[in-house]
Amino acid sequence: MTEQTRGYREGARAVAPLAIAVGAFGISFGVLARAAGMGVLAPILMSMTTFAGSAQFAAVSVLGAGGAAATAVIAALLLNARYLPLGITIAPWLEGGVWSRLLHAHLMVDESWAVAAEGEGRWNPRVLLAAGAGIWIAWVAGTAIGVASGDLIGDPAAFGMDAAFPALFLALLAPMLRGGKVHAFPGVRFAGHRPIQAAVLGAAIALALTPFTPEGIPIVAASLACLLGLIPQRRREVDT
Amino acid sequence: MTSLGWVLLLTALGTIALKGAGPVLLHGRALPQRLDGVVALAGPALLGALVAVNTFTDGQDLVVDERAIGLAAAAVAIRFHAPALAVVVIAAVVTAGARALVG
Repeated sequence: MTEQTRGYREGARAVAPLAIAVGAFGISFGVLARAAGMGVLAPILMSMTTFAGSAQFAAVSVLGAGGAAATAVIAALLLNARYLPLGITIAPWLEGGVWSRLLHAHLMVDESWAVAAEGEGRWNPRVLLAAGAGIWIAWVAGTAIGVASGDLIGDPAAFGMDAAFPALFLALLAPMLRGGKVHAFPGVRFAGHRPIQAAVLGAAIALALTPFTPEGIPIVAASLACLLGLIPQRRREVDT
Repeated sequence: MTSLGWVLLLTALGTIALKGAGPVLLHGRALPQRLDGVVALAGPALLGALVAVNTFTDGQDLVVDERAIGLAAAAVAIRFHAPALAVVVIAAVVTAGARALVG
């Protein structure tokens, strides 16, 4: 059994590699939002309160193209629908009252959720909080720089920063796929292949649905790959 | 309220509802034990999807572009147990390099 030893410091450190990329995308969000006619305060407020990059880009692009307010809200919320299953995964590991839970939930974005994963279905709330706070600061500060001073850095994609996100997710996925690890649930023992099957099936579902569904739906549907866990399997006793 | 105000309010409230539904409604209870095997696979399933969508899609299009080269470089770095910072930097540098060569 692994001890839950990671804390706030580890959370902040784990997410540091991404803070620069998040800040750069925050700047481009600020620039785009200002160009879409949102003014100075509204984009910063949106980054503070909605705090979800792809959803904010979607809402702003709808508004910038002259779309209806309702369309912008629906596009953003479809992209954020994946946070429903993500929230369920962290729920059992949170302590404290409703406001503490909501704070953890608000600071849960893909990246903080991913670095807080301990593997085998465990999540570390301290890592989540610290990592989420770090990303929030980078995102809000980037947005403020973008709306205030315009396009300082150009397109973050020119620096390959868009590739930083899948690389981090892959780096966090890899340890979950290495078999024979100890885990939190006595009575559940993976024969080693299940996490790999779930990851491949999740990726396949997401890519297969991408051309046919609104953005955001593929990742929600991919979470259904975890239902593989309902299929009985031969349990291999692992002595660890 | 202006329509921009409504967008800000409804997007923020909707997002916190989606993020907070699990944490608030489940209220610290452990999920039923027979779901343990399912929840343990949620991480791999969602991370697999996040890797795929962030690498091989552009809007509703399936694409293979320079990000795939960056991800392959990241996979090699992960194979040799490089720290996360190195993995992320390698992916960004390789992707940027590939774009510079192509563009």
